[in-house]
Amino acid sequence: MEADEVLDTSGLVCPMPILKTKQSIKNLEPGTVLKVIATDKGSKGDIPAFVRQSKNELLGMEDDDGKYIFFIKKK
Amino acid sequence: MAEEEEKKKKICIIMTKGTLDAAYPPLILASTAASMDWDASIFFTFYGLDVINKKKYKNLKVAPVANPAMPMPVPNIIGMLPGMTSMATMMMKNMMKKANVPDIEEFIKMCKEMGVKLYGCQMTLDVMGIKEEDLIPTEACIGAAAFLDIASDADVTLLV
Repeated sequence: MEADEVLDTSGLVCPMPILKTKQSIKNLEPGTVLKVIATDKGSKGDIPAFVRQSKNELLGMEDDDGKYIFFIKKK
Repeated sequence: MAEEEEKKKKICIIMTKGTLDAAYPPLILASTAASMDWDASIFFTFYGLDVINKKKYKNLKVAPVANPAMPMPVPNIIGMLPGMTSMATMMMKNMMKKANVPDIEEFIKMCKEMGVKLYGCQMTLDVMGIKEEDLIPTEACIGAAAFLDIASDADVTLLV
């Protein structure tokens, strides 16, 4: 899946992947796709919840051997 | 287009504890809520006020006595020895640092940046002789009724 921007939160634990995602997404134009990479196990549930609550859109999610990859479209 | 402004979700947390381990959860929940565009408030009362007291918040401690939940539980009689509080505190700080968790100072900064509203308890200030200028700048120092007024339409309310 193609992304316009990439955010790598590898090594960070809850709630930092969420707070970093928020900081990144805040500065993006609507429609931009942000790829977020996380190693925090909780992010598997946290990022989708964040996307739902912040009214953005989760385009896809991959589990790549301990790395969780999310594609978020800014609304 | 007359689109109706949707009411933001709202979380109100009451923080009553002044220990390092107890300081994290409210700050984590409030900053996360704010990141999801929720309206987030924390009311600091009793010892919880230490968490936003400029003279104290960088030196919050973990209590080794009457705390059976530590990674290496120590008997109370050992926990009461001089230096054990510092040791328990150091252990937790190292644990958090290893996991890349920001410290309390950093979390409060993030909360402020994300728009979390901090409220001090006026009654605690008066009883404990703390001045408002001793605190990290708050929205206001208020009483019970004023905080309940703020919390009355909250979707999530928590007492820590």
